Formats: sequence, C-alpha cells, structure tokens
Amino acid sequence: MSTPVIGVLALQGDVREHLVALAAADAQARPVRRPEELAEVDGLVIPGGESTTMSKLAIIFGLLEPLRERVRAGMPVYGTCAGMIMLADKILDGRDDQETVGGIDMIVRRNAFGRQNESFEAAVDFAGVEGGPVEGVFIRAPWVESVGGDVEVLASHDGHIVAVRQGNVLATSFHPELTGDHRVHELFVESVLRAGGASQR
Amino acid sequence: MSSTPTSTSANASTGTPETGTARVKRGMAEQLKGGVIMDVVTPEQAKIAEDAGAVAVMALERVPADIRKDGGVARMSDPDMIEGIIGAVSIPVMAKSRIGHFVEAQVLQALGVDYIDESEVLTPADEVNHSDKFAFTTPFVCGATNLGEALRRIAEGAAMIRSKGEAGTGNVVEAVRHLRQIKNEIGKLRALDNHELYAAAKELRAPYELVKEVAELGKLPVVLFSAGGVATPADAALMRQLGAEGVFVGSGIFKSGDPAKRAAAIVRATTFFDDPKVIADASRNLGEAMVGINCDTLPESERYASRGW
Repeated sequence: MSTPVIGVLALQGDVREHLVALAAADAQARPVRRPEELAEVDGLVIPGGESTTMSKLAIIFGLLEPLRERVRAGMPVYGTCAGMIMLADKILDGRDDQETVGGIDMIVRRNAFGRQNESFEAAVDFAGVEGGPVEGVFIRAPWVESVGGDVEVLASHDGHIVAVRQGNVLATSFHPELTGDHRVHELFVESVLRAGGASQR
Repeated sequence: MSSTPTSTSANASTGTPETGTARVKRGMAEQLKGGVIMDVVTPEQAKIAEDAGAVAVMALERVPADIRKDGGVARMSDPDMIEGIIGAVSIPVMAKSRIGHFVEAQVLQALGVDYIDESEVLTPADEVNHSDKFAFTTPFVCGATNLGEALRRIAEGAAMIRSKGEAGTGNVVEAVRHLRQIKNEIGKLRALDNHELYAAAKELRAPYELVKEVAELGKLPVVLFSAGGVATPADAALMRQLGAEGVFVGSGIFKSGDPAKRAAAIVRATTFFDDPKVIADASRNLGEAMVGINCDTLPESERYASRGW
C-alpha cells in the first residue's frame, strides 16, 4: 500500500484543518460521517471540537459501536483535544451520559487547562518527533490524569501529560492541525502504513 | 499568523505559555465548526441546549424576539445570570456586549465567558466605533452583512464572523441575503489580479492585506457562521449548503412549541446538511415553530442588521 486512506470523523469540529494536514503528510484524506464510510478507511482522525456534541451525534447516527469495533480490531486512530477525550477509556468532568469510543487505558480530565481565557500556546517536546519541539495550541484543553501500564507518554506540559500512545492509538491535548507543522500527522500516517493499511479493513 | 498585542507574556519557543494569541482565539472558533450555538436566557435552557448537542450557548437576558416585542434599550446581561449559565453547563458560554461598549466587554471577560459577541441585537453604545478587540484575551465574534463589514471587524480583532440576518424574526431571508453577499464578494475577489486588489480594498473599505488574504484563501481568514432568522432544521441546513460553517439559533428554539426536540433536530440537520433524508427525519413532528415576522414590513428603525457599519 503506497497511499493510505485516512478518514476524519466529520460529525463536528475542525475537520478541514485535519484533512489539509493529512494530505500534506501524503495520505488520502476524506471526511467520515457514516458507518459505511468508516469501513473504507485505513485509519481515522477524531478532530478537535465539542466532545459532548460529538459523542451524542456518534450515538444518534449509529457510529459509536462501529468505531469501537474498528479500534478494537487495531485500526490506527489519532485524536486531538475532543478527539483525545473520545479515545479515553475513562473521563472526568464530562457529562454523566457522555460515551467515549475508548482505546487508550487512561483517565482524561475535560477542560483541565481551564476556559478560553486560559487557552494558550507553548512549545512541547514530543518523543518520536524529530526537529525540535512542536507548537502546542491548547484550547480549553484536556489533560491526561493517569495512564495504564501499556500506555506510552509522549509529551507533558507543566507536569501534565498531553500526548500518549497505546498500540496504534495516538492522542494529543493540543491541536497540531492548527499550526501548519505536520510532523505529528506524519508520525500518525507512518503508523497507518506500518499497520498494513488496506489489509486490515 | 502573528500574535495579537494582548498576548500576556513570553516566548512560545521557551515553553512559557502565551494566552490570547490570534491562533488560540481563531482556533477556538474552528472547534465550533459544524455545530449549533443556541441563545439561552436561563441555566435550565442552557442545560436543554447542551442536552440537545449544542456546541456552545449564548447567554442573554432576552432572546431577540422578546427584545423586539419589549422595545427599550437592550444591554449586556446580569452577571449573576451569566455566571449561573456558566455554572450549569460544561460547553463554551458566549455572551453579548453592545457595539462599542468596551466596558461591557471588559465585564464579560472578567466573568470568564469563552467568546464575546459584539452584537447589533443589543442597542449600540457608539455610533462610530466598534470595540478594539485586540485589547482582550477573550475572543470576539461580530456580525456582518457584507464582505467589507466582515473585514473591518476582523481588522479590529474579531476572531469569528457571523452573517447578521435579522434576529428575532424567525425569517431566514436576511440570513440568506447576507451570507450570499459575503460569499459572492469573496468569489469576485478570487477573479481579480494583483493590480485590481488595491481598488477592491478601497471599494470594500477594508485593509488591503486582509483583502489580499481573502483573495488567496477563497474564504475569510476566520470561521464564518450564519445567524439571524434560523427557525427550522431545513433553515440550518440551507445556511450550511450556502457556505456557513455552522449556525447560531436565537429565538427559533425557545420560542417554539417543543424546544428540546427542535434543538436536537436542528443539530442533526446541521451535521447532515447535505442529506435530505436526514433533514426530512429531523423535521418531523416538531410542534409549532416560532411565529415569524415578514422582514419587508419591518420599519428601518427595527432592522438590527443596519446597526454596525
């Protein structure tokens, strides 16, 4: 497989920015809103957005179970901000009825870095990304409160975990898609290639 | 993109966090795309909106339809009411200041709202100047009826634009007019060569640099939502098919017969705006829509869209 097909969950959020970043990282990127569209991709990005809205729409439109199945079957997934929340096995400060896809054995605290006035930019050292720190754009961002034994911590800010990976599932509190620096997306595209792309559909 | 003059401190390359940057302000609006922002006047309504899948709520004292009915001067809401709403929901909370009333905006920032709407729905406080939005950490959304107006607001620091429509009417006609106008003028800029952009900037009464950026991008440099008159799932989907990246719904939800159901239906239709079957399902059995007003019978003094310039 030369060019992997990577979907961006397009229920709500900064979908366009991820499509652009994935294309720049040499993937064929397309929006995914339906189960049949999910079945056609080699990997998936869950974008930034409002996690409560995304979770609700995923249930209404019958995507939550298919998403869980694909993640369990080993499909590579990358979540930013709200996407990180969606990939957490457990969340804090969410709504009582908020469902996640899960996939990473971690507890994520929603809006942990504060409201919009506390949103910030900072350079982040990212394990596995070469060429210096990445620009971290944190918007009402979550952090990872704790991780299980199989989870790699890839980056921290101010003592809080902000990037993790477990198997093929990657998550960041911040938004590389807003920066024009595509190195984290390149890292993800490589993992999709390594996972074997089309063969695991 | 350069950071705004309000950046609190420091240098991102040293790892020192920097708040209130253009990227953080505009980026916040990017996260709202594809979503519905709902006007609410009580914590209970805010919860209904969140339950229905709103991406944010707009806290205000009276919905536009009631502002129209009651008349008088419409101002920023009571801080207790705004704090009550902030405490009731976990999604972002926006609130409105009067045009040019930068002290109301300062109060809203101090209360910790996530976005300030410098809004023509409230009675303008300054008939010449809008607020200097670069002076704030909290980002601003502003209304526009055409491209020049949108770019003037962005030049003042707005991090998000909404087409104005005619709030509180339940009539989508002005929302369509304003969004079409903005999109149409962007399309025209695309066709101009570099020599012509200077004259175009003069005609639009907007900074040349922004005009050039729009000509290159083929879109505004900030997120563009639609507002003012959306009352049904089909209205919301129409605005999205016309190019809005999301919608504000004001009186349309809580002035209808079954707000919870209508709110959820508008959210669904906004996500699947290009799928008539989903919109049809979302449109079933919603009860009474708000009673609309025909915009051509509105006297000029009651047209909110003509406030701001």
